[in-house]
Amino acid sequence: MTQPAEVQRRIYALMVLMKAADDRLSTGIGTGEFLCVYWPSRGQEAIAAAMGVALRADDQLVTTYRGLHDLIGKGVALEEIYGEMMGRTVGAGRGKGGTMHIAKPEAGVMLSTGIVGAGAPVGVGLAMAARRKGLDRVTVVSLGDGATNTGSFHEAANMAALWDLPVIFLCQNNLYAEMTPTADTMKLEHVADRAAGYGMAGVRVDGNDPLAVVTALDEALDTARRGDGPTFVECVTFRFRGHYFGDRMPYIPKDQLEAALAADPVPRFRAHLVDAGLATDQELDRVEARAAERVETALQTVISAGAPSIEELDRDVYATPITFPV
Amino acid sequence: MHEQEMTMREALSLALAQALDTDDRVFLLGEDIADPGAAGPTAGLSTRYGRERVLDTPISEAGIVGAAIGAAIGGLLPVAEIMIMDFIGIAADQMINNAAKLRFMTAGRTTAPITVRTQVYGGLATGATHSQTLEAWFMHIPGMKVIVPSTPRDGKGLLTSAIFDEDPCLFVETIRLQGKKGSVPVDPGFAIPLGQADVKRAGTDVTLISYGRSVHDALAAAATLQHQHGVSAEVVDLRTLVPLDVQTMVSSVRRTRRAVVVHDAVRFAGPGAEIVAILQAQLFGELEAPVERVGARFVPAPAAAALEAQIYPSPAGIVAAAQRTLDRSRARVHG
Repeated sequence: MTQPAEVQRRIYALMVLMKAADDRLSTGIGTGEFLCVYWPSRGQEAIAAAMGVALRADDQLVTTYRGLHDLIGKGVALEEIYGEMMGRTVGAGRGKGGTMHIAKPEAGVMLSTGIVGAGAPVGVGLAMAARRKGLDRVTVVSLGDGATNTGSFHEAANMAALWDLPVIFLCQNNLYAEMTPTADTMKLEHVADRAAGYGMAGVRVDGNDPLAVVTALDEALDTARRGDGPTFVECVTFRFRGHYFGDRMPYIPKDQLEAALAADPVPRFRAHLVDAGLATDQELDRVEARAAERVETALQTVISAGAPSIEELDRDVYATPITFPV
Repeated sequence: MHEQEMTMREALSLALAQALDTDDRVFLLGEDIADPGAAGPTAGLSTRYGRERVLDTPISEAGIVGAAIGAAIGGLLPVAEIMIMDFIGIAADQMINNAAKLRFMTAGRTTAPITVRTQVYGGLATGATHSQTLEAWFMHIPGMKVIVPSTPRDGKGLLTSAIFDEDPCLFVETIRLQGKKGSVPVDPGFAIPLGQADVKRAGTDVTLISYGRSVHDALAAAATLQHQHGVSAEVVDLRTLVPLDVQTMVSSVRRTRRAVVVHDAVRFAGPGAEIVAILQAQLFGELEAPVERVGARFVPAPAAAALEAQIYPSPAGIVAAAQRTLDRSRARVHG
């Protein structure tokens, strides 16, 4: 389905912001300007940007440690993301959770998990709560191909299908589970084929084409809101910087990486917008410049913010602090 | 407050029913908890409250607790059941890495006020994978609360507190206590605050500190100590391990100057190790004897009843431990 020009331009603005946020981290960590641990999302922007325009503000997201792009797509402020990654008071969790554990319920981000697969059952529960409250919101569980090999995913997928819950399993298949190619971890060629085993709809799309992802998500969202249950949406993509920042990627064949870089979804979508007459090069240059400015402003805010105070150690462990004799 | 005689199973069932009655956010989920398959404290509840609120699940422990966490983040008050405590390993990741840590990791933006009910099957000759007493695992996780009731009254009062508590609670039931009777306040408002130990019997010579099923062994031992040995034993039922009522146990032992810690969990690295460490740090110089521990032997639970009977605490074993604390202090005086 064709998306309106305005939607397509929003998609591109999101993709560019995700890319700029990743690039700036890469430069900053790489040069020693600042320190943080980071699992880069560069290369997977089309999926998260598509999610950003397809979901309603009140739809909910469960994502993972590789979540920078997802968080931006769902509308979490860059200051809160960077702040959390760099352990500053302006972070979403005042620096106590870190890169892997960012939540911002006001934006619908209910959980980010560092344990592969562990978000899926939580997504099921969020959908149960939505249904019980009579809300037609949908819960998107963003996960990788590797997560579909966990028992948690299997249990959650079965439960979501069994109870026709409003869940979308948004699988960002970047062809590697950490350092191991997907082909070495599952017999199936297409991860989406797993869906049939749960009695769930499963679709596979080009994860570097945001319009294809939007189309798949729109259908899955309609299905979920109608009460017809979950969908597994496999988006085939690639991770440009490996598993963690600094990963030298010795396990990725050179020609595969080169081909993936050549298919970079960001310039590809830019070319589409210009070719289709939906935007001019000058307009898109401005979008990119604005994204870089926003990222820089956020970064400087975070860098000038303080580290959390020692008192934070005793806060939020329990609702009311429990003390033990030392 | 009006009270009724009932079993632990009935008391727990009453707490669940009253929670379902008083708060729409409460719902139960677990394996075989709905009628007609339910046999434990949830029996009858799905018939009264419907299967939306008393939900049978697949055999998916990680899924059950994970879904409970998601529902709790979404504003509900789930009570998940892990049928037998040995199965909790499958759900442990959700409890340890999600439920217990969310409040801290998100600076309070998300919380998981779930209750996980589970049951220790020890004593039924069900063998090593259907017998374990594993509360120590969860005491070790900041953010988790751990509750182990010993009487129907405490079962109802503590379960009510757990369900409405703002933090994730592990509520450990014991199959051998489910049929045990006692007097229980039937008022839905009855709740016992978490973190308050109960002095079950007053005494002056030695303090027996316990929780859960072995409280009854400690009480039997205290009676024997009184009648056969003229020893006055105080019995402290901790009721909750996290929070831990340090003040009650320390003030008791400060008076008696001798203590025995008793639990069904394996003694080595069991909850008693922490309790003893606290007592000895707080009361060094006031104790008449090293604090004794009585716990299960460090072996997998054997299936043969004749062997299983050997591994858990018994009143006789507690009496012997109490006598050792008295012997040590006599030896100090006369030796």
